[in-house]
Amino acid sequence: MSYKRKDLLGTRDLSSDELMFFLDYAKEFKNLNNQSIKKADNLRGKTVINVFYENSTRTRTSFETAAKRLGADAINFTASQSSTKKGETLIDTIHNMEAMKTDIFVVRHNCSGSVRFIAQNSNACVVNAGDGLNEHPTQALLDLFTIREHKGSFKGLNVSIIGDIEHSRVARSDIWAMKTLGINVTLFGPPMMMPNRVDAFGCRVAKNMEEAVEGADVIIMLRVQLERQGSSTPFPSTREYSKFFGLTKERVKLANKNPLVFHPGPINRGVELNSDVADSECSMVLNQVENGVAVRMAVLSTLIKNRG
Amino acid sequence: MRLFIKNATIVNSDGTKKANILIEDDKIAKITDENLDADKVIDATGKLVMPGLIDMHVHFRDPGYEYKDDINSGSEAAVAGGVTTVLPMANTNPVNDNAVITRDMIAKAKARGLVDLLPIGAISKQLKGEGITEMGDMLNAGAVAFSDDGLPVSSSDVMRAALEYTKHFGSYVISHCEDCSMCRSGVMHEGKVSAILGLKGMPREKEEIMVSRDMLLAKLTGGHIHIAHVSSQWSLKMIEMAKKEGINVTCEATPHHFTFTDENLMNYDTNFKMSPPLREITDKEAVREGLKSGLIDVIATDHAPHNVDDKFTEFDHAAFGILGLQTLVPLTLKLVEDGVITLEDMVRLTSKRPAEILNLKNKGAIEEGYLADITIIDPDIEYVYDENLNKSKSTNSPLFGKMLKGAAVVTIKNGKIVWDFPNLMA
Ligand SMILES: [Zn+2]
Repeated sequence: MSYKRKDLLGTRDLSSDELMFFLDYAKEFKNLNNQSIKKADNLRGKTVINVFYENSTRTRTSFETAAKRLGADAINFTASQSSTKKGETLIDTIHNMEAMKTDIFVVRHNCSGSVRFIAQNSNACVVNAGDGLNEHPTQALLDLFTIREHKGSFKGLNVSIIGDIEHSRVARSDIWAMKTLGINVTLFGPPMMMPNRVDAFGCRVAKNMEEAVEGADVIIMLRVQLERQGSSTPFPSTREYSKFFGLTKERVKLANKNPLVFHPGPINRGVELNSDVADSECSMVLNQVENGVAVRMAVLSTLIKNRG
Repeated sequence: MRLFIKNATIVNSDGTKKANILIEDDKIAKITDENLDADKVIDATGKLVMPGLIDMHVHFRDPGYEYKDDINSGSEAAVAGGVTTVLPMANTNPVNDNAVITRDMIAKAKARGLVDLLPIGAISKQLKGEGITEMGDMLNAGAVAFSDDGLPVSSSDVMRAALEYTKHFGSYVISHCEDCSMCRSGVMHEGKVSAILGLKGMPREKEEIMVSRDMLLAKLTGGHIHIAHVSSQWSLKMIEMAKKEGINVTCEATPHHFTFTDENLMNYDTNFKMSPPLREITDKEAVREGLKSGLIDVIATDHAPHNVDDKFTEFDHAAFGILGLQTLVPLTLKLVEDGVITLEDMVRLTSKRPAEILNLKNKGAIEEGYLADITIIDPDIEYVYDENLNKSKSTNSPLFGKMLKGAAVVTIKNGKIVWDFPNLMA
């Protein structure tokens, strides 16, 4: 079994075989990345453009590293300060870059569904690097990869996702993929950061932090978008947030043995994650970053193969 | 000029009968069993003959956005959809907030001569929601009602003044119900589907809060409030209660709200993006029930043309709205086919009640002495709704390119044939 599609847009419609294919394939690249010469030629002579309509140094660097280790010419296009400001439409921008014989677009965009829209209107392969509140599939893959590395398998595992569920594409991609793989997912967050119809996800919803953490094998803390907490859906204060919705060492004790703590970064220390957790051995933050490169290498080289 | 329609199945809101119709000049001269001589004879065997449809809510984008539609193309789309009377909204550019624009719109429609165009004036100057327009002057110029449609009137005090003032003139106010303090840049109905798609939602309550306010303001003033494009179960519950209390309220529903739900958005198709948004099955069922029971007074299309570029974009950035005029008949006939309403109900909803609300004494029925505004419908015709048929300058309909069943095959306005369904087989 492998992955036959032109694009990777999300995890919602991926089968467990497709998910497992990427995880297995990523293992090869993790091994490569641990050698002194971290080079493969799967993407030699190919052009990958990172089209970022939204800033994200982390994700962009991870994709850029992945593409370069595979031998591609990786180019960064930061759209916010260029064409959109001049009024060019999204598809015109994409078609322009496509005319430069691009093989893969890695796209981050602030509108949900926009990466799918690009994929439908481009001959190049498209990887969703985060679209609005919708999906961030490679983040889910790297989370799964890291979980499997430490827990061996998925079935019956308890994963709690905590924080701003409504505005989190990481949460959505994690939820869809985890449910497909038979993981029990629990959600928790401040009420104004939970979708009104959270039942849409078909997950258990915890009533408080203690209940959310209790019995968890993996705790995924979402980032509070402090910069987005302007007038809409405010919570009273970061102090109050950390008190009722933050992860502390005490609370981690309620989890199952050897729990893993995830965070997509960058961490707001003392808000969603206390330093006593962030710097403890259960923190997977740096493993996530490392595995992110391997997973993205697997995705890029798969799509190039499919492109032929 | 004598026009004779023979073998007609005449559908009025109060009954259906087989007869022939003689039209002399612009009037229905005779409904008869006899065969009469005429300059032109239409054989309506197997067809439904209804009074010309009255669409109380359209956007013709003229003046200002003529690239989307203008009064000419809008008129053509109307008659191709069996509609002979239209009420275009005021959110043009410049806004129809004064008698000069109102007169201009009417003159342009008269020159094209396909439909009666009854403009809706703005409630507030430039739709800013701050002070009411010169409504008396606009009514003299030919406006029939007032609305800031597209935008809600946020100030209760402005809405109160509008209701009081229109009452004085025997006119009414149309409310686009939204509490904008909860807008949060919502682009679809807030529910399970928006949670799944990660699109920002507009809760039903955003509409319902405004509906309840407007019921109370109608109670206060005794003015006539007409709720535009009602889309939620609770909006209807409140309208029902207000009607029972004797409050002067009427309302309309659109074909898209009784046909689709938010589930249709699962593929981020921007042609399903509209305001109010497509809601859930319970709301759709409530709208259908309201059409059946008579709680909902009229079906109006909210025909909202948008250029292809306004829709071929990120979902968040796409314009709100859908074409409606040329899909009104097939979607309403589907309600009949589904057993929700009868053909007589269809006439009540699309012609009779609108004529009553607008106080048009010679429209809304096929009756001797009435204006010869007539729509001949073939309920069985199947066809692709495509560029061959489309009269709008825009194509923003999820039904565009799809197979439809039922259409207006002949439309008669003031006794003249203004639409004849093309023979696509030729
Ligand atoms: Zn409208």
